[in-house]
Amino acid sequence: MTAGLSVVGEPLPRYDGIGHVTGQTRFTDDLAFPGMLHLKVVRSPLHHARVRGVDLSEAERVPGFVRALTHADVPHNVYTILGLIGVEPEEEFVLAEDRVRYMGEPIVAVLAETEAAANDAVARVRLDLEELPAVLDMEEALQPDAPVVTHWGNNTFMYEGWPCRRIRYGDVEAGFAQADHIVEGEYRTSPIEHAPVEPTGAIAVPEPGGRYAVHTNTQALYFSLDNTAIILQVQPNRLHFVGGTVGGGFGGKVDVIVEPLATLGAMRTGRPVRYVFSRQEEMQVSSTRAAETIRIRDGVMADGTIVARQVTNYFDCGAYSRQTPYSITKFAANAAGPYTIPNVHVDAYCVYTNRTPSSAMRGFGVTMGHFAVEVQMDKIAERCGLDPWTVRFRNAHRNGDVKPHRKVTADATLIETMQAAARLVGHELPPELAAMTSAPRDGQEGGR
Amino acid sequence: MASVVVAFTLGGRPVEVLTSPLATLQQVLRGQLGRTSVKDGCRQGGCGSCTVLVDGEPVVSCLLPVQEVAGRAVTTLEDLTPVEGLSRVQRAFLDANGFQCGYCTPGMELATEALLTRNPSPSRAEIEDALSGNVCRCTGYEPILAAVEAAAAAARGEDVR
Repeated sequence: MTAGLSVVGEPLPRYDGIGHVTGQTRFTDDLAFPGMLHLKVVRSPLHHARVRGVDLSEAERVPGFVRALTHADVPHNVYTILGLIGVEPEEEFVLAEDRVRYMGEPIVAVLAETEAAANDAVARVRLDLEELPAVLDMEEALQPDAPVVTHWGNNTFMYEGWPCRRIRYGDVEAGFAQADHIVEGEYRTSPIEHAPVEPTGAIAVPEPGGRYAVHTNTQALYFSLDNTAIILQVQPNRLHFVGGTVGGGFGGKVDVIVEPLATLGAMRTGRPVRYVFSRQEEMQVSSTRAAETIRIRDGVMADGTIVARQVTNYFDCGAYSRQTPYSITKFAANAAGPYTIPNVHVDAYCVYTNRTPSSAMRGFGVTMGHFAVEVQMDKIAERCGLDPWTVRFRNAHRNGDVKPHRKVTADATLIETMQAAARLVGHELPPELAAMTSAPRDGQEGGR
Repeated sequence: MASVVVAFTLGGRPVEVLTSPLATLQQVLRGQLGRTSVKDGCRQGGCGSCTVLVDGEPVVSCLLPVQEVAGRAVTTLEDLTPVEGLSRVQRAFLDANGFQCGYCTPGMELATEALLTRNPSPSRAEIEDALSGNVCRCTGYEPILAAVEAAAAAARGEDVR
């Protein structure tokens, strides 16, 4: 199979392995530049507040203080990370203006000669805040009298005019009417912090000719470059992003948080600027996996075949949606799991609350959905008095089957994968399952 | 606060640093002595990525005031890396893929060096105990434990595989 190929099928050492085992790999914060300034951020101590005033006078007297940055310094202060792929509206503030919407939201950035001086100056910035009612629960946020989190008016992200990502496939009510059993489940998951051992950070360095080298541990180098260019209103060719070495990411380093402020600091001072999260910031301010509440209602025949599925999911995106609208689209596309269901109805909501913004994390909207779907499969097996393997095999995608988002299955491998898994764990499958393949269903070119 | 001079040995060579009396060993090693294998994950003794050896014992350098190492012997991974090739522990970590992003790796290897010096034939439980102060978020630890076992076997002259 591998004749003529020099790499496929051959175990090769990782190209970065020697650097890693000798400690020679240069991570972002291992770099230092002459004259480098340290940037630290004044953050909201409240979940939701009106910003009435910021007093920098005491901070400015700290030895080593160089300057502060406020929203007035940011050329394009309101942005949306996914604006690059057409997501609207712009909603997140690089630095807060008249309102803060989550505990830890950045209000002022301080630049100083040393990290200690920057921390000292941050501690001496006086905030005049008027606390506002906060909403920290998704179901409360959906009530008509709930405090409004967004600057543009309601607490759900709008998908083409709808308050949720919708899938309408077949007729679920007809499916439920035909079913022998109705199996329902509610699944709730908590926010999860990625907790990479290397904190998020960037160092921006002015280069001759008006360019800025930005050393960053982002997982999304060009995404960060383009968003930084938008926020700073500069041509992308003035930004030279250097990265690729990430000390753990897991999706936690795809938001564009440190690069714009570090680069703005370098522009305003003409000096290299380092902005690296403390461990506390990494744990409490960086985005998390969204909390989700997933409700599934399945119509099931006595033989375990699922004939209808209705799914409602609430994703808590926190104060700003970041990557969550995209996670939800992926969730919706996968709400049926790797199973063929002829009638599917999905409403997946991106709900704003005054919690820490959530964003991407391993699996990107799909992981928690699959957790719910697979527990649901076990419930179906129990209700029908069937072996859980049997329920999964009978519903598994086959080539030619149509998925709820209208894609035709062309590369199904679930049946073969489960057969291999059964062999590996020494589980003997009944003849019906052992004989199955992902080949198209009998007599059906277009699937069921 | 007046600066202080602290003298110790680093990789067997004498060094003197002029520093704040409040500076940690981590700050001095990374900021003044260029030892960037000493990582900076939490500054609260929670992750182990800043592990160094002081008189052969693993310590989290972020919690140790630099004045505490006056007159003592400090070792970082740079000191255990041969000019050519790899140390036995580094070779074992490379061969077993005992790393993924590489950020926790220097600390893991120094904890391993200290363990194998005092116990050349550690059990799996003893390895887990010795590495319990070092956090890895990528690997799930299994390949790291396998790397330590391979390094111990190599040190005893046994076939690594």
